[in-house]
Amino acid sequence: MKQLTISGSPHVHGQDTIRGLMYGVVLAMVPAMLVSVYFFGLDAVRVMLISVGACLLFEFLIQKYLLKGPVSITDGSAVITGILLSFNVPSNLPWGILLIGALVAIGIGKMSFGGLGRNIFNPALVGRVFLLISFPVQMTTWPIPRPIVAEGITDAITGPTPLGILKEGLRKGESLQDLSSQLPDYLTTLMGNHGGCLGEVSAIALLIGAAYMLVRRIITWHIPAAYLGSVVLFSGIFWLIDPTYYADPLFHLLTGGMILGIFFMATDYTTSPMSPSAQLVYGAGAGIITMIIRIWGAYPEGVSFAILIMNAVVPLLDRGLKPRRFGEAIKAQ
Amino acid sequence: MGGVHPPEQKLTAGKAIEVLPVPSVLSIPLGQALGAPSRAVVAKGDAVKAGQLIARGEAFISANIHSPVSGKVLKVDEVIDTSGYRKPAISIQTEGDEWMDGIDRSPELVRECLLNQEAIVARIKEMGIVGLGGATFPSHVKLMVPGGKKVDTLIINGVECEPYLTSDHRLMLERTEEVLIGTTILMKGLGVSKALIGIEGNKPDALEALGRLAGAYPGISVHALKVKYPQGGEKQLIRALTGREVPSGRLPLEVGCVVNNVGTAFAVYEAVQKNKPLVERVVTVTGKSLTRPGNFLVRIGTPVSALIEAAGGVPESTGKVINGGPMMGKALTSLDVPVVKGTSGILLMDDTSSARVEVEPCIRCSRCVSVCPMGLEPYLLALLSANEAWDRVETGRAMDCIECGSCQYTCPSGRPLLDHLRLGKARVGQIIRNRRN
Amino acid sequence: MDQTVLFALLSLGTLGTGSAVILYFVAQRFKVIEDPRIDVVNELLPAANCGGCGYAGCRNFAEAIVKNESLEGLNCPVGGNEVMQRIAAALGLEAEMADPLIAVVRCSGSHEHAPQKVKYEGASSCAFAHNLYAGESGCPFGCLGLGDCVVSCDFDAIYIDGSTGLPVVDIRCVACGACVKACPRGIIELRPKGKKDRRIYVSCVNEEKGGPARKNCAVACIGCGKCVKVCAFDAIRLENNLAWIDPKKCTLCRKCVAECPTDAIHELNFPPRKPRGEEAAAPETQTQLS
Repeated sequence: MKQLTISGSPHVHGQDTIRGLMYGVVLAMVPAMLVSVYFFGLDAVRVMLISVGACLLFEFLIQKYLLKGPVSITDGSAVITGILLSFNVPSNLPWGILLIGALVAIGIGKMSFGGLGRNIFNPALVGRVFLLISFPVQMTTWPIPRPIVAEGITDAITGPTPLGILKEGLRKGESLQDLSSQLPDYLTTLMGNHGGCLGEVSAIALLIGAAYMLVRRIITWHIPAAYLGSVVLFSGIFWLIDPTYYADPLFHLLTGGMILGIFFMATDYTTSPMSPSAQLVYGAGAGIITMIIRIWGAYPEGVSFAILIMNAVVPLLDRGLKPRRFGEAIKAQ
Repeated sequence: MGGVHPPEQKLTAGKAIEVLPVPSVLSIPLGQALGAPSRAVVAKGDAVKAGQLIARGEAFISANIHSPVSGKVLKVDEVIDTSGYRKPAISIQTEGDEWMDGIDRSPELVRECLLNQEAIVARIKEMGIVGLGGATFPSHVKLMVPGGKKVDTLIINGVECEPYLTSDHRLMLERTEEVLIGTTILMKGLGVSKALIGIEGNKPDALEALGRLAGAYPGISVHALKVKYPQGGEKQLIRALTGREVPSGRLPLEVGCVVNNVGTAFAVYEAVQKNKPLVERVVTVTGKSLTRPGNFLVRIGTPVSALIEAAGGVPESTGKVINGGPMMGKALTSLDVPVVKGTSGILLMDDTSSARVEVEPCIRCSRCVSVCPMGLEPYLLALLSANEAWDRVETGRAMDCIECGSCQYTCPSGRPLLDHLRLGKARVGQIIRNRRN
Repeated sequence: MDQTVLFALLSLGTLGTGSAVILYFVAQRFKVIEDPRIDVVNELLPAANCGGCGYAGCRNFAEAIVKNESLEGLNCPVGGNEVMQRIAAALGLEAEMADPLIAVVRCSGSHEHAPQKVKYEGASSCAFAHNLYAGESGCPFGCLGLGDCVVSCDFDAIYIDGSTGLPVVDIRCVACGACVKACPRGIIELRPKGKKDRRIYVSCVNEEKGGPARKNCAVACIGCGKCVKVCAFDAIRLENNLAWIDPKKCTLCRKCVAECPTDAIHELNFPPRKPRGEEAAAPETQTQLS
């Protein structure tokens, strides 16, 4: 017998590891990645590769040469940031801009706070919003999806997103009925054959990934349910008030980055609250802010901003909303 | 609320209880029960019989200790016990197997209990019965309900939610009737008419055996519980069976419950009906690398090494020997430590399966919060404790922590959450005691 | 200049002036009148805020000095007598001379002397390990080597020597006492630095009887009392099987060092002894920095 080991209990450990969870998320994003390649062709592959590669490279450079500490690029978190960043940009984005986005996401969004687990804001969204504000034209020129199986190769045609059509039309004073001919139907938005960012177009692919994450318990239901619920409730009320001006809840759910945001970005571990009650408030808050921006804001889409704003509130939520302590609430008998 | 599902690994669930041969030398620690250590009433050279009182529990919370064998007292000195520290103990050299008069060691069932409530409590105290689930709280103290408190339910804990351990399971199968009579005696001693036996759903045979016989015992009902760790935690069990929640920092008495382990119920049966003190108990000796894991009826004071020998000897690959289960057990520094009243199992683990995983930064995944059965925030308490912010550790209700280890078990970053939490508890406990004085 | 600029200038100017006036009055109203001598004393202090004086920080110490109007019983271990004299001069008081102290680690249970019997895995905290078990060597009094003292030191004056696994105090030690408090086993003691940094102390805190103590560690104090007998100055006390040398009475004669059968008594910074025939087996002088 060798030397005995002494340590405090527990003496066994569950199967969860950071790597396992992170690559689980990556796996959950695979369907959406495949769909994006289907619709946007090699451009999508290019954007995703550059984004992931750049995120890994910047993290490596910063950890190795700036912080002179251990390098942890294999833990999968930088890969997720890279994929999410690419999901949030149009497929025709020039590579230079993409590099800037990756640098901001990893450098400012993540490493400047101390790296994994310490960042306040979702790094991919920091990068995305930075690009959106700095390069508004490039970031809002969306190529029309063209399934790679379609005949012939032509120059990419660009067009607006459903939310863009809605915002623009309403601004001009048109009603929803007037716009309905330009807007894609539900099936189209569900499958993803409409303008938009790389990864956000296909709701169904994202939902498959989300289901996988829920089943594998990578994420819990709290944040998505609260987010979804508040969006449906908020948009539903206005839709019932005036269906000619306000779009219906399903339209809001299936367009823009809603599903991507709800399941993949709002649920980011580090930047979301810890207790179930705080998670519900966080999700609901993000949903309401999203809808406020979509309905009254200057931008047609508000998911990124909403999540970033709620990220900032997380420390407060963690402080104020504690889990229900055992023996606290219900009185015996 | 909370909980985890570690692999059950009940390797010895099908192994009948074997009687372990009495070793030649035993050392019986004086501090076996929660509370004050007992005082030795024998001296070096004294001849003792099995079942003879050798140390008296004099404080309110302490328990008598009896000689598990007949023989000669070698010394009253110090030995390393399961705490890893040297503690006072009585060493006895076995000579023959002579028992005290009046102890009934036959397997014959004695159903009728003629003693009244006071006599039952007195007998349990005299026979040195303590909680055998692990906490080793003196049982007679539990039966003395302080004035102003009203107890209406006795709960018998047959959950055994710790992976690997099967001693309670085997006891329920092989001494079913005795456990039920013991439960009836405890009910009488407590003055209640209702007893609930809680068993995890992964032991259908025990559920069936107890459920079938329980009909003959008025007031006793057997309940299957969801398989979840820590379902057998006292407070978790009370809630699962009665829906009542013990308030923070209070005892189960507060919600009218008293909880006893099935092992305790059996020991009470033997003490009251057979006049037999607590000198032996069932211990599971298990581990994947053991050649002959099993459940053994062991005299208190037997060295752990003798137990492992009976189970096939220490495998070369052993990296850790644990007193108890893998979730809450205590790693032993030496194999010479004696089995005590609170030893429910000895678990041998290989280097590979017991090694801690690499510690990585907290990613705030909130798993520790969602698995905590007490609704605490382990990540925060561990951090505060590491930073010595004791006041915030206290307001974060660290003292509610039952040290079940679910947080550390589930942490994907492999952080030593419970290590820090335990330290926080120890410090805060000290601060609270100082404040009172 | 058009009107907008003028308006902006005026409005901002009014706001600024208004705020300044309000701030002035508020500042006057809530002014804290403090003894100016506190600042003077505070300036003289080393600003280490280590708490070694018994007060939370240097400023609290300065306040205490000024309030006391005397320096009796007050000492800044970091600044030492020099600083206390300067403070005394500034305030016109009498400084109390204190022997400079230094932290002394009273355990020699190195890997060599107290071989490791088990392996510890878990949080690197002596306080936690102390609650868990006796220690890797089995000695329930000895150093656990997980460095709570190192973490507690604000002056980088203590570190764990990798070859022995024991903490080493170096010259940067100011005797603030943080490590004394941090050690869960009370191994570290503040002792006078001594003339020419020469010190003699019992490097063990084991209170077990000789047998068990020796079983875990070759250089444990076994409480044999030989040192007590050999000491001509009554400087050594034996309690709970453990000897302790009173630095006030000790004359640094070194007789006890030679007498100790387990080499548990250490001498520091003495010149090497001349070998004396059979008795040449004098304990090796510690290489420890002063």
